[in-house]
Amino acid sequence: MIYLIEDIINGILMGSIYGLTALGLTVIFGVLKVINFAHGSLLMVGMYVAYWIITATGIHPYIALFIAAPIMFFFGYYLQDIIIKPIFKAEKNVREPITVIIVTTGLWYILDNLTLLIFGPQYRSIQDNALKGAMLEIGEIFISVPKLCGAITAVITALAIYLFFQKTKTGRAVRATSIDRETASLMGINQYKIYNIAFGIGTAAAGIAAVTLVPFYNIFPTVGVLFDIKGFIIVVLGGLGSILGAMLGGIIIGLIESVGPQFMSSTWTEAIVYGLFLLVLFIKPSGLFGIKQDW
Amino acid sequence: MSFLKIDKINVYYGDIQVIFNLSLTVEKGEVVSIVGGNGAGKSTLLRTISGLLFPTSGQISFENQKINSKQPEKIVDYGIIHVPEGRKLFSLMTVKENLIIGAYNKRAETKIAETIDNVYQLFPRLKERENQLAMTLSGGEQQMAAIGRGIMAHPKILMLDEPSLGLAPILMKDIFAAIRKIADLGTTVLLVEQDVKNSLSLSDRAYVLEHGQVVMEGSGKELLKNPHIKEAYLGM
Repeated sequence: MIYLIEDIINGILMGSIYGLTALGLTVIFGVLKVINFAHGSLLMVGMYVAYWIITATGIHPYIALFIAAPIMFFFGYYLQDIIIKPIFKAEKNVREPITVIIVTTGLWYILDNLTLLIFGPQYRSIQDNALKGAMLEIGEIFISVPKLCGAITAVITALAIYLFFQKTKTGRAVRATSIDRETASLMGINQYKIYNIAFGIGTAAAGIAAVTLVPFYNIFPTVGVLFDIKGFIIVVLGGLGSILGAMLGGIIIGLIESVGPQFMSSTWTEAIVYGLFLLVLFIKPSGLFGIKQDW
Repeated sequence: MSFLKIDKINVYYGDIQVIFNLSLTVEKGEVVSIVGGNGAGKSTLLRTISGLLFPTSGQISFENQKINSKQPEKIVDYGIIHVPEGRKLFSLMTVKENLIIGAYNKRAETKIAETIDNVYQLFPRLKERENQLAMTLSGGEQQMAAIGRGIMAHPKILMLDEPSLGLAPILMKDIFAAIRKIADLGTTVLLVEQDVKNSLSLSDRAYVLEHGQVVMEGSGKELLKNPHIKEAYLGM
């Protein structure tokens, strides 16, 4: 019983972090209407950025967050501006430009292999950080502190992005663009700038996820791939473009992965995750919290 | 010197030419109608003025500045505001948010509170509905919201594309009355309509478009009496 409670808590915590890794994916899809296949690689870049900040300065990982997140925002902003925008302009009249997906796939390979070239294939981890291996003990239940911090950060980030979209002028413009690009441009909104901002926010969210992961996760050039596939499942499960959907989708996956092994061999949990994914696609293709839109 | 001047433009959709060597002018303070049947190129003309399409030749100028082949968001900065066909409200946003986003451009954004009051005065129904999602409005209310969103942008010229589309006759009357009121308050209006009778009677001048060309122009009253118009558009 105690183990079950512990697994549920850990599932929710790790699931929230999964949700955070998928948050950027859902934001970018919501606005650009394009699946960003480079998202896992952006997470990987974020992990390296966090790693170097923390090892070079020795600061607490969560202080590094305030440096890593802006760096990642601008990285995403200019990545979209310089590499993806020209493709969008060339495919102006296409609603969901497939070529952009191919470009993001190219970015994935380039980023992963550049990292491999520059930093080598070895696994890195931050050895002496304040959070490493820290445990919170409540009665007989052990809770991992870095995961707890990560989960709290995930909720705060999701809330911050939600409020930004709801309450600010730029946020409104982002939502308007995501609903109808052409009409948004008739309001005087520069859609390409909005794409830059959305991509920046998505990348910054990946950067924040990366910072929450580095205290307890290994860092290597292809680490993003693991989160990539999980991210796609989470986003489709929760509903493409939905922030709440990404968080809850993440928690569902986290719970299955963590509670599942209590009842079966742990390799089976993956089958359940994919089975659930297919089931949702059959029954509610717009995802659990997705809104059926006219596109 | 004309306010809005369109000089011999040609516009294509891909390989298909929709507008042929079209010229027209709109003076400050006028209400000008463009009437014509389906596929005459009326909407294409407005889309070209607002920068959604580029003419392959010819020139469009506004207050003596060349504006063709500029992006739509730049055209908005000149004060040319296009209320698109079919309302095109931001369906998942509230009525009030739709209005606020109408005032996105720099000239309008400082006066949001004041303009929103004016819009609510013109369409009191929108005030009642301000916190509802735009997708839940009736057709007439959606059209009010779309025109209201256009006014929020502080237009120098307001271009309305088929505001009466799909509305019950009684609502149509309200919409046309509101358009007249907007014009009387000093905004230049360029109106594209299939409802020839109503639009001609409220316009100072009008152009008749057929197959992407201007076939007739004149004052609203003159055209209403014209035998060709009577036969082709009014069914008399």
